[in-house]
Amino acid sequence: MLLDPDGRPTGADPAALPAAEELLTGYAGLVTARRLNEQAYALVRQGRLAVYPSSHGQEACQVAAAQVLAEQDWLFPTYRDTAAIVARGVDPVDVLVLLKGDWHSGYDPYEHRVAPQATPLATQLLHAVGVAHAARHRGEDTVVMAMCGDGATSEGDFHEALNFAAVFGAPVVFFVQNNEYAISVPLARQSVAPSLAHKGVGYGIPGERVDGNDLAALLRVLVDAVARARAGEGPQLVEAHTYRMQAHTNADDATRYREDAEVAAWVAKDPLVRLEAYLRAQGALDDAQVAAFADAAERLAEHTRDGLNRDVVPDPDDLFRHVYSRPTPQLAEQLAIVHDELSREEAQ
Amino acid sequence: MTASAVEHEKLSVAQAINCALRDAMSEDASVLVLGEDVGPLGGVFRVTDGLTAEFGEDRCFDTPLAESGIAGFAVGLAMNGMRPVIEMQFDAFAYPAFEQVVSHIAKMRNRTRGRVQLPIVIRIPYAGGIGGVEHHCDSSESYYAHTPGLHVLAPSTPSDAYSLLRDAIASPDPVVFLEPKKLYWAKDEVALGRGQEPGIGTAVVRRQGTDATLIAYGPSVPVALEAAEAAARDGRSLQVVDLRSIVPFDDATVCAAVESTGRAVVVAEATGFASVAAEIAARVGERCFHSLHAPVRRVTGFDIPFPPPKLEHFQLPSVDRILDAVDDLQWEDA
Repeated sequence: MLLDPDGRPTGADPAALPAAEELLTGYAGLVTARRLNEQAYALVRQGRLAVYPSSHGQEACQVAAAQVLAEQDWLFPTYRDTAAIVARGVDPVDVLVLLKGDWHSGYDPYEHRVAPQATPLATQLLHAVGVAHAARHRGEDTVVMAMCGDGATSEGDFHEALNFAAVFGAPVVFFVQNNEYAISVPLARQSVAPSLAHKGVGYGIPGERVDGNDLAALLRVLVDAVARARAGEGPQLVEAHTYRMQAHTNADDATRYREDAEVAAWVAKDPLVRLEAYLRAQGALDDAQVAAFADAAERLAEHTRDGLNRDVVPDPDDLFRHVYSRPTPQLAEQLAIVHDELSREEAQ
Repeated sequence: MTASAVEHEKLSVAQAINCALRDAMSEDASVLVLGEDVGPLGGVFRVTDGLTAEFGEDRCFDTPLAESGIAGFAVGLAMNGMRPVIEMQFDAFAYPAFEQVVSHIAKMRNRTRGRVQLPIVIRIPYAGGIGGVEHHCDSSESYYAHTPGLHVLAPSTPSDAYSLLRDAIASPDPVVFLEPKKLYWAKDEVALGRGQEPGIGTAVVRRQGTDATLIAYGPSVPVALEAAEAAARDGRSLQVVDLRSIVPFDDATVCAAVESTGRAVVVAEATGFASVAAEIAARVGERCFHSLHAPVRRVTGFDIPFPPPKLEHFQLPSVDRILDAVDDLQWEDA
């Protein structure tokens, strides 16, 4: 922790505090991410999104994961990492296509080097290792940020990914957002390891634990981890301790498994409040800038709203078009059945 | 050995596959071969023999012993410009990779509307007939054939093993390449170079016949041919179709064959219930009904876990079981 919950430097390592400019960029990202989470949640209530797994409370992790990457790097996000993908530069309207239900993934992964959001747990970590290994094989200067949650660390693919990355020396930063819950199951039922960062020991990977609500500390730890991976020091494991402020999704009822008092304690550790207090105390942020950042976030929310309120007529041909590079004769026959149904509906 | 359009060699299936890998790696630097023991050892069946020595450890290498890891790692390699050919050491050892195969390898193109394609070949030594102990003899093709987004190939000759593997590696789509273990040592002339045999999605008639059609693939093709030979001695002319490609399925060739004889028996080693053989019987029944003189019969493995070595001959479709099924095709009505 570099900043305490009130935004005061802890004094732990003053030299490690990122520059005000870096933190200001991060602050703008936090404001945007918070507004985006609120907007997406509202769109669920309005019936425009089927569901939204919010990263409310985890925005510092979301912003930091994207902010520390260079253009040639890759981000491998999960379903809860919409804000990180947007921080990487992807249009939120394209990201939320998955939850709107027009298609499974709405953005071109190669445009911003962001993999499709992974819904199965931990499977994407192996893909991240493969991308990193291929990059190194070709002599490219690429680092891959592979994101997952605390629940995913119980999956076999988490183990296999860390082990493959270590054995092949792949430039991957495994970034675990420990938000204390996997839907309803608390961390104590996932692991009794002293911390999730300790798991790196078993793979010969450096593991570091960081306050996931302290953007300053996150930037420092992740910048260093990315730099080490880029320098050829192999994979890195970072556990950010944070908290899922809302239910798993709007379809979940968190009161069935946790106390309000527990949630309230984390309100006091809000990443946004903490960073704003620090920047204001430093004289690096004033009311006008706060208003300007809020205004920019509002415009993105408006863009998101407009985009998701626009109804797209799905093309049934798409159901068959991309299963293979060329449809099999069987798929061609099945598409003809759909066309036949449509033409009879139109005739009625 | 180098690729040549006219070169012919007498090769075993294992050697033909080795040759296909070598030729593909020579022609395309993005082709990587990886898996368990595929490096210096050359694979437990020596299919990758000599590839590490020839192409280096960057191109043909051993991975940690973790099949989901191998498959998931291959997804990332393919996303970033490589053409990984991964080996699952044995059919039943491939199951830990199932989620990666079904949820990612098969679906990535569709999820991303064609933006991300995964040219991955999953080689699986498969099926029985070699006296293997448990977990070494499964016929797992129906799991893969049931998964949209995968091509599933099962060669039965050295020529097809070579040619179909070259096509599989060149394909932009993921391919499950099933190598019948019991045929690894079967030798025949192989035409080297691409395009010497029909491509993915094409079945061939291996033996002409006029009385009934045997439809088989992979390890069951030689048994079907043997049955046709025996039937010929009894004066019955059996046609044999070799599917080669389970997905895409060649309805046209299969239906034309069955319509020419009016009778069909599907032969496959896998357990019969909800199997590829069941699908073929259903397709033929739907599409060739008016040409059929008898219901389509299936000769398959029984619906039991694969037996121990001393009992496996009960499970494998035999010449006798095939001929019994042929005898049942309502000849008295003819």
